[in-house]
Amino acid sequence: MIELEGLTKRFGAKTAVDHLSFQVRPGVITGFLGPNGAGKSTTMRMMLDLDNPTSGTVRIDGKHYRELDEPLKYIGALLDAKAMHGGRSAYNNLLCLAQSNRIPERRVGEVLDMVGLTPVAKKKSKGFSLGMGQRLGIASALLGDPEILMFDEPVNGLDPEGIHWIRNLMKALAAEGRTIFVSSHLMSEMALTADHLIVIGQGKLLADTSMADFIQQNSRSYVRLRSPQQERLRDVLHANGFIAVEAGSGSLEVDGTTTEKLGELAAEHAIVLHELSSQRASLEEAFMQMTAGAVEYHAHGTDVHGGAPAPGPQWGKTSQGA
Amino acid sequence: MAAASAVLQSEWTKIRTVSSTVWSLASAFLVTVAMGAGLSALVSSTFDDLSEAERVTFDPTLVSFSGMVLGQLAMVVFGVLVVGTEYSSGMIRTSLAAVPQRATFLFSKIAVAGGLALLVGLATSFLTFFLSQALLGEHSASIGDDNVLRAVFGAGLYMGLIALFSMGVAAMLRSSMLSLGILVPFLLLVSNILSAVPKAKEVAQYFPDQAGAKIMRVIPDAMNSEPAPYGPWGGLGIMVLWVAAALLGGYLVLKKRDA
Repeated sequence: MIELEGLTKRFGAKTAVDHLSFQVRPGVITGFLGPNGAGKSTTMRMMLDLDNPTSGTVRIDGKHYRELDEPLKYIGALLDAKAMHGGRSAYNNLLCLAQSNRIPERRVGEVLDMVGLTPVAKKKSKGFSLGMGQRLGIASALLGDPEILMFDEPVNGLDPEGIHWIRNLMKALAAEGRTIFVSSHLMSEMALTADHLIVIGQGKLLADTSMADFIQQNSRSYVRLRSPQQERLRDVLHANGFIAVEAGSGSLEVDGTTTEKLGELAAEHAIVLHELSSQRASLEEAFMQMTAGAVEYHAHGTDVHGGAPAPGPQWGKTSQGA
Repeated sequence: MAAASAVLQSEWTKIRTVSSTVWSLASAFLVTVAMGAGLSALVSSTFDDLSEAERVTFDPTLVSFSGMVLGQLAMVVFGVLVVGTEYSSGMIRTSLAAVPQRATFLFSKIAVAGGLALLVGLATSFLTFFLSQALLGEHSASIGDDNVLRAVFGAGLYMGLIALFSMGVAAMLRSSMLSLGILVPFLLLVSNILSAVPKAKEVAQYFPDQAGAKIMRVIPDAMNSEPAPYGPWGGLGIMVLWVAAALLGGYLVLKKRDA
C-alpha cells in the first residue's frame, strides 16, 4: 500500500504537483494517467525519494522510502529505460544493484531470463535498443521480487510486440497479488490494463476511481446518421424533438436515443440513409475532456476542448451494430 | 538502513566492471613512472650543467615525482568519472532507489574508489622512486635517508587525495565534463602559473595541489625555490582540509538536490 498525503512539488513559481493525496491499493493495477507535463514522473520520483517534496508525504506500508531496509525488496521501479551505466554489461548493472540490497546473485540470471535478455547479458548496455533498455529496466525492478512495482510510461517507444509483452507481464504480476502502479498518457492503454484509475492534470487530482466506474460515467453514447438528404433529415429530426449535431464528413450525431427509433423515423419520411450506427465516445475523448483545462501545451488550431471527433483515424471508437 | 558492507561490495562491483577504471588508473601509474624515470635519466646525464645553487639543493627524491604533474590528471579523471558517470548515465536514480540513504551511498562509493586510488598511488610513488633513483646513479637518494620515506609515502597519499578531491568536486557539480573542465586546467595551468606570480603566490601556496605537493620534497628549498610557511605534513593537512570540504560539499548537494 502506498499512501500520498498532500504531496506538493514546486519548481520556482511553477507548481508541478499540487496537494496530491491518494492511495495505491495492493493486488490491483492502478493506472496513473495524465497528459504530458501533468506531474506524473515528478510524483513517481518523490514516491521513490529521489526528489524532495516541497510539502506532503509518501508512505510505503506506513514507512518513508528512506526508512526502508533494502528497498528493492519492497518496491521495484522502472523510471526511465536508460538509467544504467552504458559501459557496464546488463549482467553487471544488475549485479551491483542486487549486491547493494543483499539479493542473491542467482536472481540476476533469473530476472534476465524473465525479460528475455539472457543472450545479451554480457553485452554493454549502451548498445541496447530502447526496447532492450526497457526490458533491462524492468529486470532491475523485478530484482528484489518486490510486492510493489512502479512503471513510468513503460510502453513509450516500444514496438507492438514489446507493448504486448509489457501488458501481459503487468497482468501476470498483478495476478500474483502484487501492487502495480503504472503511469501513461494514453487512456486506451490504461483501459486495457488498469483496474483502478488515478487521473491528474497540472499536478492536481482529477479522478480517483475504478476503471469500470470511469467507463460507465464517461462514455457518452450516441447515434450517427449519414444521408444524401441531410437537410431534410435534420428538419425531420428537429420536428420530432431530437437535437442533431453536425459532425465531421457530413454526418449527424444524436444523443440519447437508439438506432431503432431513428431508423423508423427515417423510414416514415422516406429518407435515404447511408449510415445509421450506434456509437460510443472513446475513453480517450472522455480523458481529453477531463484534462482539457489542464493540458500544459496545446497544439494550436486543434480543438481539444470540443470533444468532437477529429477527422482521421477513428481507432478509439467502438461501433455497435449498424 | 542498507547494510554498509553490502553497499561497499556493490560499489566495488561498479568500479571493477567499467573500463574507465582500468585505463585511468593505468595511465596515472604509467605516466608518472615513465616521466619520472625519463626526467631522472635526463638530469643524471646533464647534472653538471645545473647551476651551483641547483646542485647544492638537488632533491633526487622530488625529481622522481616529476611525472605527477601529468599523472595526477589521470587520477583526476578516475575520481571524476567514478562519481560523474552516475549522473551522465542516469544511473544515479537507479542507485539511489536501491540505496536511498545518501551518506551510505556516497561515502561507500568514496571509500571504495578512494581506497583503490590510494593503493595505486602508493604503488606508483614507490615504483617511480626506486626506478628513478636507479637511473640517477651517483646523485640518487636512498629510502633510508632522512625524510625520504616520508616523501615517497606522501607522494602516494597525494595521488589518493587528488582522486578524492575530484570525487568531491564531481559530486558537487554533478557532471563529469564540467568537473574535468575545471579541474584539469586548474591543476595543469592556473595553479602552476599563479604559484609563480609574486603576489598571487601567497594565496596559491594554499591551493590543495600546491600545499599537498610539499610532502614530496625532502629538501624544502630544492631547485632554488622558496620554502613554504608550513611544513610537509602541514601542507598535506591543508590538502586534507580541501578534500574534506569538497566531499562535504558533495554530500550536501546530494542530500539537498533532486536526483
